[in-house]
Amino acid sequence: MSTAMPETIPYDEALNLFEPVFGLEVHVEMGTNSKMFCSCPTAFGGEPNTQVCPVCLGLPGSMPVVNRTAVESTIRIGLALNCTIAEWCRFARKNYFYPDMPKDYQISQYDEPLCSNGYLDVTVATVEGPKVVRVEIERVHMEEDTGKLTHAGGATGRIHGADYSLVDYNRAGIPLIEIVTKPVAGAGHLVADVAKAYVAELRDLMRALGVSDVRMEEGSLRCDVNLSLNKPGSPMGTRSETKNVNSLRSVERAVRSEVERQSALLTAGGRVVQETRHFHEDIGRSTSGRSKEQAEDYRYFPEPDLVPIAPSPAWIDELRSTLPELPSAKRSRLEAEWGITPFELATVVNAGALDLVEETIEAGVESAAARKWWTGELLRTANDQGIELADLPVTPAHIARVEALVADGSLNDKLARQVFEGVIAGEGDVDEVITSRGLAVVSDDAALLAAIDEALVAQPDVAEKIRSGKVQAAGAIVGAVMKSTRGQADAAKVRALLLDRLGVTEA
Amino acid sequence: MTAITRAEVAHLATLARLDLTETELDHYAQQLDVILQSVARVSEIASADIPATSHPLPLENVFRDDIARPCLDRAEVLAAAPAHEDDRFRVPRILDEELS
Ligand SMILES: [Zn+2]
Repeated sequence: MSTAMPETIPYDEALNLFEPVFGLEVHVEMGTNSKMFCSCPTAFGGEPNTQVCPVCLGLPGSMPVVNRTAVESTIRIGLALNCTIAEWCRFARKNYFYPDMPKDYQISQYDEPLCSNGYLDVTVATVEGPKVVRVEIERVHMEEDTGKLTHAGGATGRIHGADYSLVDYNRAGIPLIEIVTKPVAGAGHLVADVAKAYVAELRDLMRALGVSDVRMEEGSLRCDVNLSLNKPGSPMGTRSETKNVNSLRSVERAVRSEVERQSALLTAGGRVVQETRHFHEDIGRSTSGRSKEQAEDYRYFPEPDLVPIAPSPAWIDELRSTLPELPSAKRSRLEAEWGITPFELATVVNAGALDLVEETIEAGVESAAARKWWTGELLRTANDQGIELADLPVTPAHIARVEALVADGSLNDKLARQVFEGVIAGEGDVDEVITSRGLAVVSDDAALLAAIDEALVAQPDVAEKIRSGKVQAAGAIVGAVMKSTRGQADAAKVRALLLDRLGVTEA
Repeated sequence: MTAITRAEVAHLATLARLDLTETELDHYAQQLDVILQSVARVSEIASADIPATSHPLPLENVFRDDIARPCLDRAEVLAAAPAHEDDRFRVPRILDEELS
């Protein structure tokens, strides 16, 4: 490549030139008590290698037995995704040499997934209002998670240059569901939003089903993003696969950065290499990994240690009857209950704030106030810190407390913001922050009147205008008082005191 | 016609991390060919109404309840490994690309 060529083309410009096609493979760790094929516990964060047994260590002679709950969870996910449930299917061995699986194979499903051919409708916010996009599901299958490697020696802690690696098998064998979409075309400029909304919708669906609590920061939902570009009217282009995409924000960024990178390559007359790329959360970009030109040879074959799964229609019906209200139905209901438009709800959903707003309203806060905090001030803070809203230290209970204090006049909006600032900074709960920062609306009339007099003296011309009946000039004095009290006054009260002081009434 | 080529055997050896000499490759290619051709004769007998099977027992839906049970003692587990460090299994340097 010549040095004069741009390495990227801005996203929107790129999508004026090319049509994107994306696909997502999402892995979700199930929230079962025990592992997929053995009875080891699945709790996160245990001491290394304390949640292991002969089965998940691959010791000779050990035999796997399938966890019924994991199968039921997979069927329920399949039903919620409008999939066909296989009448009969098997597990398969995926053979590969890598120390993250002590057996040297992973038990997965290959050509006989438990669920196939479904769809999930996702809503994205556009300037013309919410748009529903149908993402078709290719398959949903069961497999087991792998162990965790730490690369030791070398300078970077990365695999390259490492002298050796250390393995913790606590995670090996935890039930993993892989959900694979069909290629999604036609999203145009919305491609990054649709990809992100799809993962968000899946996450909400998993939570609603109660099959996983989806803690993305603990790696319980991981995505591989496939993306290709083609000229309008041309066949689908060569795709890259970006791995390690482990947050909603990263899904969006991974899609955007691939659109920008591939479009520059193609525009310069180059070609996209079919390869695996690794996404780096810290820099928000991916780097090239393995070339896929020589496809992996996993030598899949039916798992001889496990018998087939043949869910009866009665069992499937029984599982269907346990499906809860699904997120899309819930959204329609909440639009009605909260009296808001689909666009307003989409704002809440896209902010990842649906549950938080709902809990805040349940805690007694007005819908408008709950939405204002979560999709305004708090969302900005979360974005600035590069984390999800739910990971902020602010809880619905905090908002309920602050709103109660605003309602009884102890806080105003500006002070409320400072309270949340303190809570986010780890200074304690709402009341602790108020005490330690000395935040309270100045309600002492004498103190306010003193501040008002001071402001009137400083701006005699404004004072004269108000006295002569130009009530609209009062804003300048109120502003000065708010400033001198560092925002700790109730503006409406200051205004009333001021007019009273000058003997004028509201026009 | 052979059922497996020498090149395929060499590829399989690489996948299985077996370092075979040229003589060994010739030897195993011949042996595997005999085995595959013998197994292939089963297909001549099995007609379309006899489904392929992956398991000797006519069983389906064998499950266990989702109950966590005690695990192995870590010290015992690690003592059986060739090497360990920091309560983890220590494995030789991985030259291949990162898979995860
Ligand atoms: Zn185990």
